[in-house]
Amino acid sequence: MTDKRETILTVRNLKVTFTTPDGNVEAVKGIDLDVKAGETIAVVGESGSGKSQTMMGIMGLLAGNGQVTGSAKYRGQELVGLPLKALNTVRGAKITMIFQEPMTSLDPLYTIGRQIAEPIVHHRGGSFKQARTRVLELLELVGIPDAKRRIDSYPHEMSGGQRQRVMIAMALANDPDILIADEPTTALDVTIQAQILDLLNKLQAKFGMAVVLITHDLGIVRHFANRVAVMRRGEVVETGTTADIFERPQADYTKMLLAAEPHGRKLSPGDKAPIILEGANVAVDYATGGGLFGSSAGVFRAVDGVSIRLKEGQTIGIVGESGSGKSTLGRALLRLVPSSGRYQFGATNISDFGRSAMRPLRRQLQLVFQDPYGSLSPRQTVGEIITEGLYVHEPQLSRAERDKRAIEALKEVRLDPAARNRYPHEFSGGQRQRIAIARAIILKPKVVILDEPTSALDRSVQGQVIDLLRDLQKAHGLSYIFISHDLSVIKAMSDYVVVMKNGKIVEEGDTDAIFESPRESYTQTLMSAAFTA
Amino acid sequence: MISFVLRRLASAVPTLFIVVTISFFLMRFAPGGPFNLERPLPPQTMANLMATYHLDQPLWNQYLTYIGNAVTGDFGPSYIYKDNTVAELIGKGLPYSMELGFYALLLALVGGVLAGTIAALRQNSALDFLIMSVSTVGVTVPNFVVGPVLTLVFAITLAWLPAGSWGDGSLRFLILPMIALALPQLAVFARLTRGSMIEALHTDHIRTARAYGLPSRTVVITHAMRAAMLPVVSYLAPAAAALLTGSAVVETIFTIPGVGRYFVLGAINRDYTLVMGTVVLIAIFVIVFNLLVDILYGLLDPRVRHD
Repeated sequence: MTDKRETILTVRNLKVTFTTPDGNVEAVKGIDLDVKAGETIAVVGESGSGKSQTMMGIMGLLAGNGQVTGSAKYRGQELVGLPLKALNTVRGAKITMIFQEPMTSLDPLYTIGRQIAEPIVHHRGGSFKQARTRVLELLELVGIPDAKRRIDSYPHEMSGGQRQRVMIAMALANDPDILIADEPTTALDVTIQAQILDLLNKLQAKFGMAVVLITHDLGIVRHFANRVAVMRRGEVVETGTTADIFERPQADYTKMLLAAEPHGRKLSPGDKAPIILEGANVAVDYATGGGLFGSSAGVFRAVDGVSIRLKEGQTIGIVGESGSGKSTLGRALLRLVPSSGRYQFGATNISDFGRSAMRPLRRQLQLVFQDPYGSLSPRQTVGEIITEGLYVHEPQLSRAERDKRAIEALKEVRLDPAARNRYPHEFSGGQRQRIAIARAIILKPKVVILDEPTSALDRSVQGQVIDLLRDLQKAHGLSYIFISHDLSVIKAMSDYVVVMKNGKIVEEGDTDAIFESPRESYTQTLMSAAFTA
Repeated sequence: MISFVLRRLASAVPTLFIVVTISFFLMRFAPGGPFNLERPLPPQTMANLMATYHLDQPLWNQYLTYIGNAVTGDFGPSYIYKDNTVAELIGKGLPYSMELGFYALLLALVGGVLAGTIAALRQNSALDFLIMSVSTVGVTVPNFVVGPVLTLVFAITLAWLPAGSWGDGSLRFLILPMIALALPQLAVFARLTRGSMIEALHTDHIRTARAYGLPSRTVVITHAMRAAMLPVVSYLAPAAAALLTGSAVVETIFTIPGVGRYFVLGAINRDYTLVMGTVVLIAIFVIVFNLLVDILYGLLDPRVRHD
């Protein structure tokens, strides 16, 4: 089937180069790309593939040390090297953009109404007052409720999803030909993500602009794109229709990317497995507001009477959107935040254990965090980081024994033992997460709470980390509590799933049951929003 | 907004009280007194003087009397300028200091923001380097050097401007002291503006503004500049308080009859009441300007608006 639609953006041999103290870095290495009128083309790739920089280059938005060469013709007009004045008649009018970070992409000092009006006034003339009617129309179009009042709101008074809607309103303001959406939903919760993508889809059907969707998420691509360009290390490795790419991928990298979608199943340890960690009626309160005098302090209940039982060898997946209390629950179970409820670890009732009573138990109860960048001290070597816990829990070890344990732990997470003499910044995100896991398993724990351990990683790296976690579980009989907002990862990792919302459990059950036939409407929304590829 | 202002003004009372109390006792604990001259006074004269000014009474008594009088606006007589009360001295000198200080503040603010913005927009260029070097000089060279050099060049060698005195108060007389007074603050404003402007230019919402084809002028002035002004505005309060209450050095060099000299002269001569008077004056200026700046800040940044 040939596509008869007119090509409106023709990119040929486009290169983006950054001048750095270590020499020139070629982020985009001469790519070709066509955008046809009214289509949705997805540019897919992992971080560092150059997918964003390609678009930034075309739009003249590269950082100061970046330079673009080659050709990008919009309806015959060359954009590369176009003088700023002429470029400014195209961007914001014919080609518009929305960005990944809805929190920072809007100016905090101006009302959203004024910001949407700015490109209208600039490109079409007229006054801000005249533009107001059009802005109201746009706000209603993108589904901002109570637009008459919200038009005078500031960005900080709106949620992430609403801000992204405002960005979309801005993008539509001048009836663009092409809308570039650079990871438009990556920073949003899944249900919001689905709403935003639906909105984009609807608006595209209505106005017929082409959408260039830059994303790393194959699930989104499959649901929304007509055509796909797969990028890797600054090059397009494969282009084709969405069906072709998913059904008959040609390039090895595309195949690898598709295979990297989390798969596999975790079998239940069985009903007879003993319970290792239990929290009954767990509640956590946070004080909100409240000054030194006067204003009364409020209380926010982050976790509200949740009960959970973790069996030996089990993996419980806790799913929920931001603010659902899933991370707080994890910390409460480890007795790391003040909380009420009854807690039992093995045969020991730890409900009343304070800091010092918990300390000897800590080696058996470990925690791995989401952010592999922030959770490793940049001033310690990897060896120092992973052996730190041994000083507390096994102080009798000699230096040589500690080193031996470090080597073992690094081998177990499949890192070169030589890594222990290097510093965290020398490692990639996936490698750092392995270091964080090594730090936990070196103590030979029984329970590990994994708080979004794969969320900051690319899909292909994510798959490796999941495999590693599974192997470690088998080898050491570990029990996991796996906290994530990513349903495909939860599905692959856990044998039991707990769905949380507003601090409460909405639904729980065996993984298959939850995924095949969710009972609660919230779980159903969550499932349908996830676009698992 | 009104309740915010009222609350802030109410909180100024205890602040002033604490400032007055601390400086009162600090002053008294410093060795010497207002009548310890190089040639000691005869004991009888000394005793008479002490009695006249109630300095022979217990310290607590003096303190309570001072507070009681100060509340009614009576800051006592000056011990050095014997025919004047402190209130008279400050009342006479303050208009001179404030007028000069106002021009200096204007020069520092406009000049500093302009220089800083240009430096930021031409980051790492020769012009940026030049502006930053000059502003380093502005911060590091004290005004007791800048003042005489200005006089030497413009008043004596070139004879363009008068060397000192208030004269008829026309601009000719004010230019040199104004520059000497403004220079260090101008340099601080320039550095502050440059730093915050560079930061502002790299924010995501500036990228958005550019992506929507807004002309560079709009991007810089409406979006980057407003964000960049926030730290500058914060610094405005201490800068205004410092400039408007005069400078001992500049007023001495250019023989300006302002209040700046009183703080130093009063302190050296242990003129207790005069020092206390200037302390209260500066404290009030600092409090008022901080309040004004907070209001201004709220107007610039909706996130900290006081409702």
